[in-house]
Parts: sequence; C-alpha cells; structure tokens
Amino acid sequence: MAKLCGGGPQSIARLTAGSKLTRQAITKHLRVLERVGVVRSSRRGRERLFEFKPEPVEEIRKYLDLVSAQWDQALGRLKSLVERD
Amino acid sequence: MSNDRIEKRIELKAPISRVWRALTDHREFGEWFQVKLEGPFVPGETSRGHITHPGYEHLIMEVVVQKMEPERLFSYTWHPYAVDPKIDYSEETPTLVEFRLEKSATGTVLTLTESGFEKIPNHRRLEAFRMNEGGWTQQMKNIERHVEPGS
Repeated sequence: MAKLCGGGPQSIARLTAGSKLTRQAITKHLRVLERVGVVRSSRRGRERLFEFKPEPVEEIRKYLDLVSAQWDQALGRLKSLVERD
Repeated sequence: MSNDRIEKRIELKAPISRVWRALTDHREFGEWFQVKLEGPFVPGETSRGHITHPGYEHLIMEVVVQKMEPERLFSYTWHPYAVDPKIDYSEETPTLVEFRLEKSATGTVLTLTESGFEKIPNHRRLEAFRMNEGGWTQQMKNIERHVEPGS
C-alpha cells in the first residue's frame, strides 16, 4: 500500500513486485478499495493502472467510515458482554 | 454525516451499573475493546496496553482519561489509528471519546461520540489504509462488510 501512496498511477505488476501477496489477492484488494472510492483505476493499452484518489473531503469521510465501522464492532462486543449475565 | 465527529447510540439490556463497570473497569474494557491495559482508569492519567485484536498484537494503545462521573459519563482522549510504532503521535491533537449513559425502560442507552477529527493531518487518514498484512486482511473484511448493506 505504501507503493500506492507513493503517487502516480501504477500497474498491478509493479504493485505485486516484492509483496508476499499474490497478484490475484492484490487485484481483489484494489477492487474493494476502488468500490469504496479510495482508489481509482484507468486503462493504458492492455494494462490497468491504479492510484489513490486524493480528494480531501472524500478522504475524511472514508476515514470516518472506517473508524465508525470499528466502533460498530467494538460496541457489538460490549453489548454481548453486558447482556450475557 | 458530519465530517468531524462520529456518534452512535445503542440500547443495552443491562442495568446502568453493569454498563458502567464494563466501560470503566480496565479489564472489562479490554475484553470488548480488545486491548490488555496495564492499569486502572484514573482521571488525568494515561492507561496503556497491547492491542489483543488479531493482527494488531504488536501495537500499543494509549488513552488519557478525562472524566469519570459514575454511571453518567466516561471520557478519554487518544490518537485513533496510531498504528505505526516508528511515528511519534504526541504532537498531534488527539480525538475525544465520550460514553454517556442514561437509564431506559429496558436497561441502558449508551451514546458514544468521538470528536476532533478535523485536526487529524491528511497523511494520517491515509495511514488507516496502510496496514500490515494481517491487519490489512481484517481491514478489508471490515470495509466489505461496511459497504455491502448499502451497495
């Protein structure tokens, strides 16, 4: 992911190089990130290039969504704990 | 949704005293928050401990307790997603987490707010997505679960 943060559109081959993850796994991750709007992709010839979307307002919202999802999980665990006894 | 705070409200089928204990006893807090805190919560003091959430065990979490008004309000400040052990986060403005309790007909209503996100630097927001491999996989599941109901 650090590579993706480095800026500029990058190919899957470049993002896979040096990673323990397979090309397939990375592609899947990128697709999810693209769906939530953190990453955008474009075509260059036969290659698909991925890059971070740097829109600040969007970024704040995505960040809050992520923190918010963590709270939902934590509060779910709190609920099970106090309702157990 | 506001861009500088998170607010959650949940109904718990348990007495207010039970919820208060789960929030403010550091061992009980650790059980649901998934952190092994070394000492009890004391207003004005720092509590720290290793995260126990799978994939994040190498990380240490720190909170500074602000208010403890029995069975009413518990609050602390912290640095959310302070996940890189090499970075000193102490210069950044922390966010404020507040748990408010109210008695209800069936138990307790808990309102959680986390505020102060507007002061978090931009590069730190990106960090939330730059996780180690184990944490990353978990994070992807979280995002997937989070986006699926609406999509």
